[in-house]
Amino acid sequence: MKVQIDSERCHGHGRCYDLAPGLFGEDDEGYGRVLGGGAVPDGQEPGARLAASNCPERAIEVVNGAAR
Amino acid sequence: MSGDERFGMEVEESRENRVFGTVSEIVTGPVSDWATDFSHVDPVWAADPYPIQDELRQRCPIAHTSRFGGVWLPTRYEDVAAIAYDTERFSSRAIIVSNVRPPRELAPVGAVPPISSDPPFHHDARKLLLPAFTKSAVARQEAATREFCHALIDSFEGRDVVDAAFEYAQHIPMRVISHMLGFPPEDGPQFREFIENALESVNRPPEERAEGFAQLSDYLLAQIRDHVDHPRDDLTSYLIDAELYGRKLEPAHVIGTITLLLIAGIDTTWSAIGASLWHLAKTPRDRERLVAEPELLPTAIEEFLRAYAPVTMARLVKEDMSWNGVDMKADDWILLSFPAANRDPAQFDRAGEVVIDREVNRHAAFGLGIHRCVGSHLARMELRVALEVWLSRIPVFSLADPAAVTWAASQVRGPRSLPLRIGAV
Repeated sequence: MKVQIDSERCHGHGRCYDLAPGLFGEDDEGYGRVLGGGAVPDGQEPGARLAASNCPERAIEVVNGAAR
Repeated sequence: MSGDERFGMEVEESRENRVFGTVSEIVTGPVSDWATDFSHVDPVWAADPYPIQDELRQRCPIAHTSRFGGVWLPTRYEDVAAIAYDTERFSSRAIIVSNVRPPRELAPVGAVPPISSDPPFHHDARKLLLPAFTKSAVARQEAATREFCHALIDSFEGRDVVDAAFEYAQHIPMRVISHMLGFPPEDGPQFREFIENALESVNRPPEERAEGFAQLSDYLLAQIRDHVDHPRDDLTSYLIDAELYGRKLEPAHVIGTITLLLIAGIDTTWSAIGASLWHLAKTPRDRERLVAEPELLPTAIEEFLRAYAPVTMARLVKEDMSWNGVDMKADDWILLSFPAANRDPAQFDRAGEVVIDREVNRHAAFGLGIHRCVGSHLARMELRVALEVWLSRIPVFSLADPAAVTWAASQVRGPRSLPLRIGAV
């Protein structure tokens, strides 16, 4: 599983790095950024989904790659 | 003296010469019909706007009033979001509905940048503020905020009933923002008058309101001049020194932005803290659960922000147009009701209920799009600390007199009087 942020849509609400700090961080202006290239380590999938489902701007995409 | 001439006598003179804008007739009196004659400053609306909004959403999703020279009120999430995202057709040149529309020449900066600014200027003015308001930047205020909340509760020693809005909620954001701006903490009562004038007295004669704004501006100018003479590590000195397009900011920009930080930083968070405590005081089940499961608080806070979103913004229609079935005219106001959007059943399950462990919560309490509240991380920190401290110190509380609770009637809604019985119930 991977996560990505659409930077056009992100306005820095910060819900992603509040809810899944292992997967997302803030930049110097508070916009969200993915950590570790967006790869979701095993076991952190619920955090990825939680962040995506709480983004007011729908800026987070969860890509179900070759998760397993 | 540092030789900064921007804040000399000319600032006052330029204010005297400012063009007032278009003035509309003041209309007061009871609302005849909420779909065609609504008033967001009506006491019925202030006391409980949600049933009115719910009914409008079903029957007439975009309500209208000719008060304030003409205002539209969309009540569906979809419409509120569409307008928030559409900066081409809706201007932020004024964001508080009143009987004065500022002149068009005020765009794209507006009186209180960046909230009153339109693109492309908006982006650059906002960028100046963002680093000071990130989650990690505001975390530096947390320890002092917590200490202050404890001190407020210490002062309740020996009392059975306290006013949680007046004696607790309002003081927290006042103290935090005055500290960040570098203003004397004892000036809080003055801030309350400035806020009342800016946000709540929108139906007073425009000349009277202009006088209130002039007083605020005089106060800020005195603070700014003191900072010019004695620079320090705070937001006021930062804005005095800040540059845009290779030069220092216009004096009106500095004063306008500080006005924004002061007004928007206080009333809003005060309202959110008060509304959350009001909910918990009348809902023992939720209060007991948060006392037992403090780790649930951040999730509950998002639900309080959804259900009791304090802030409604405004826009001005740029040109005549037909929009989602209504004929909007240039310079019509739009009330951008994030509270109404947040209770739209098309967007939220159990929209009318407060579900403190709601997992999916894309609420719009802090707005949507480019004008997302710059202070949202600060507000969340203050709200969390205020509730954590209250619940740890006063785990048992209830409404002392439900009929004595009063709510601000304006675009920022929250309890202004909230008598709570604390301790033994």
